[in-house]
Amino acid sequence: MPDTLLFAMEAAVNGLAAGVMYALVALGFVLIFKASGIFNFSQGVMALFAALTLVGLQTGQIPFSHLINAIFGTRLHHFGFTLPTVVAIIGTVAVMVAFAWLVERYIFRHLVNQEPIILFMATIGLAYFLEGLGDIMWGAEVKRMDVGIPQGMSETVDDLTFAWFGYGFFVDTLEIWAAVIAGLLVIGLVIFSQYTKQGRALRAVADDHQAALSVGISLRFIWVLVWSLAGIVALVAGIMWGAKSGVQFSLSLIALKALPVLILGGFTSIPGAIVGGLIIGVGEKLFDFFMQPIVGSATENWFAYMLALVFLLFRPQGLFGEKIIERV
Amino acid sequence: MLDVNRDEGYTTADGRKIGRVAMEMKNITLRFGGVVAIKDISFDIRWGEIRAIIGPNGAGKSSMLNVISGFYHPQEGEVWYKGHLRPRMRPYQVARTGIARTFQNIALFEGMSVLDNIMTGRLNHMNKGFFSQALWWGPAAREEEENREKVEKVIDFLEIQHIRKTPVARLPYGLKKRVELARALAAEPSILLLDEPMAGMNVEEKEDMSRFILDVNDEFGSTIVLIEHDMGVVMDLSDRVVVMDYGKKIGDGSPDEVRSNEEVIKAYLGVQHD
Amino acid sequence: MIYREAGDFKTSYAADNQTFPIRGDRIAYYMVLAFAFLVMPFVINDYWANAIVLPFLIYAIAALGLNILIGYCGQLSLGSGAFMAVGAYATFKLTTAFPGLSIVFVVLLAGLVTAGVGVLFGLPSLRIKGFYLAVATLAAQFFLIWLFTQQPWFYNNSPTGMISMPTREFLGMPVTGPRASAVNMYLLCLVFVVALAWLARNLTRGTLGRRWMAIRDMDIAAEIIGVNPMMAKLSAFAVSSFFIGVAGALFFAVYLGAAEASEAFGIEKSFIILFMVIIGGLGSILGSFIGAFFLIVGPVLLKLLLVDQLGWSTDLAAHLEIMIIGALILLFLITEPHGITALWRTIKEKLRLWPFPH
Repeated sequence: MPDTLLFAMEAAVNGLAAGVMYALVALGFVLIFKASGIFNFSQGVMALFAALTLVGLQTGQIPFSHLINAIFGTRLHHFGFTLPTVVAIIGTVAVMVAFAWLVERYIFRHLVNQEPIILFMATIGLAYFLEGLGDIMWGAEVKRMDVGIPQGMSETVDDLTFAWFGYGFFVDTLEIWAAVIAGLLVIGLVIFSQYTKQGRALRAVADDHQAALSVGISLRFIWVLVWSLAGIVALVAGIMWGAKSGVQFSLSLIALKALPVLILGGFTSIPGAIVGGLIIGVGEKLFDFFMQPIVGSATENWFAYMLALVFLLFRPQGLFGEKIIERV
Repeated sequence: MLDVNRDEGYTTADGRKIGRVAMEMKNITLRFGGVVAIKDISFDIRWGEIRAIIGPNGAGKSSMLNVISGFYHPQEGEVWYKGHLRPRMRPYQVARTGIARTFQNIALFEGMSVLDNIMTGRLNHMNKGFFSQALWWGPAAREEEENREKVEKVIDFLEIQHIRKTPVARLPYGLKKRVELARALAAEPSILLLDEPMAGMNVEEKEDMSRFILDVNDEFGSTIVLIEHDMGVVMDLSDRVVVMDYGKKIGDGSPDEVRSNEEVIKAYLGVQHD
Repeated sequence: MIYREAGDFKTSYAADNQTFPIRGDRIAYYMVLAFAFLVMPFVINDYWANAIVLPFLIYAIAALGLNILIGYCGQLSLGSGAFMAVGAYATFKLTTAFPGLSIVFVVLLAGLVTAGVGVLFGLPSLRIKGFYLAVATLAAQFFLIWLFTQQPWFYNNSPTGMISMPTREFLGMPVTGPRASAVNMYLLCLVFVVALAWLARNLTRGTLGRRWMAIRDMDIAAEIIGVNPMMAKLSAFAVSSFFIGVAGALFFAVYLGAAEASEAFGIEKSFIILFMVIIGGLGSILGSFIGAFFLIVGPVLLKLLLVDQLGWSTDLAAHLEIMIIGALILLFLITEPHGITALWRTIKEKLRLWPFPH
């Protein structure tokens, strides 16, 4: 087998791993969009915020310590104890649920019946607010995320691919774990939506707001529910990305990568989010691999968007979306 | 029996002379996927008449109007307008051939004042270029004033002077309908399409609207095509009526003819024939 | 003097159509203009010019441009940063290729180049709307910035990857480069601002503006009454991009002097300009100025207070700032989607009726 093909295959496999991350963030978007029609731009910042909170709880940081120090001249920073990972994760989930409740109560309850574009801009405002809040609460320095997921080159993949092709692929163990956990998360969500009362209510609302209201489903509850679920998905994405490259501002930028994923997959389709994520992950790695000598590096910055743009021009509803018929 | 001569037209019950054919629909069929909205319908619209299209809900009336205004393109059939076969056109191109309309669910521009809304009706009469507008001297400013005068005439005619500068979003339903009619009238259309002009109105507002429709026809000589499912109003207003049911034409003629048409009665009252 | 229009009768449609129909407003407007041209040049110094006045003027142009697109034509764009970059890089390429070309001409040409690019990236708006379009404009944002940072032709192969503005004179006075004085830079920007604001006002009050607003309010109805959606949307993209391109050109040539695309024109720029439009007021010329003023002066004041007075770290102040901006955006969208201008309008309506509100 020629070497170029092998290298390309390795790039594609790594692209799949990145695609899992994109899909994970896109999943959070789809959840909220399906249930409320809100295109939540702050999903990426939610991932950052969740990751910051998790690390903060784990290492026993005092929230707002910088702010308190600046106002009162104190020198607080840590409580002096650390929490076990599981406790910290539960704590973070609680914070994200509280966040979901606050968002519903103080923002979107007041924006009911507004045009989608206004709601979208509101989530941009929310993203800014949350970013500032996260930094003030936990400090802006890059943090190390350690929740006990093994990292480093996967020997198994290396050995296997060497046995098959005579060339060992480099794949990070962390990314294999990320794929597994993402898979479990999706299965969990499907089970939740198929077999629980709340899940059925959720699907009803996604199907038809009015009809769901008329059978007595509380829209407010559903909104809090989906924002909480999106918060949990954000936490998972935050953990994975944070473990890989540290918890820092750039984490919120993966949200921007999730936008083209949604265009590809359709805004309302969970399988679409996953397939779209994988296509973009693989696509940008392969494009970089083949085009770098010709157009230069860093094409990952825009490849996904240009692909989405092409899609928008020829298939605006995405791969899995439904075609919209306009009426007067 | 209404005697309609193909070339010369006919005389209405109240003695008005109705002229030649303005628009002719020939064997129009419109499908959405597997659903047939309009099935092989033909009829004509003559200059100066008030032509109604009636039928129960879902009969395909609105689809018919949308075909006339170019929003839907029928799979089969021809639209002849002013003696020519009309090619496939975008809606804005149809508007420029002198066809203006109102909408069933009021389609006013909510972010603009009443005056600006009605001024949009004049867009097809205003063609001063970009740079003239950008500098706002000479031609563009003059054009704006000339058209403003025309618009003020329509405002006077429909008696909405007092709400000229009001944002449309603040108006009650009945006035919105009137502003929409004003916008369509401002375009000085050859054919005016009215999609359920009385829908959702109270008796008083309906009377006002009927009066305006008759006045428009009378004073401007406009040809009017209107859709309505309120039979009573239609029969009083219109010169000729097309009746649709399940996408098919089941009657066409003067209000009296239509009223006594067996099939029409059946469609409206659901009378069972043994 | 009492602020009201009663007794101020209009005898012609032209008088009824003027920009400031109420006499009090008209007088205020002329006074602001007189102050800007006759007083400011004598009192301005380097600190004020750089901290507030120049960024305010330049961002006001950008906000005007984006407001035409979003506020008047209803097309959401998140690519303003990149369009500013197009203006900046076009200025750089033009002025280095043709050093003799007048700087005013170069800036206008840069605006035209940006208009072309804007139309290109506005093409998707013919098929998609809302946040779909926002994603398409993000493509412009990321692709253009990549182009300007990765393709050496755009920065004339400079080893740092930066572009820097050589000294250019206008009417014999240096307006760019290290020798330019605060007054010269101020006056150049002021002239552009006044001219462009006047242009924007004319375009939005005439037929073109009505076409844009019709598309914004109800695109299907607009098409059915005779608005060609393609022409309306693309002309909005062209005009908007022209404004933003000019803003980018001035931002680079006059204000920064040297720039690197991803630093100076990143996505944060797109957001800040969007926020100016939201806070100032969608669909309002005056609002664009208010929004720009608010978001330029606000952070300066905050920094003065927190860092200089209270001795906080700049980091913390910056975080608080973005938090406040985010909260303000939410507050405005919830309480008054048409921004400060709408609040001002409400106050004016109350004022007209005062002291007898019934």
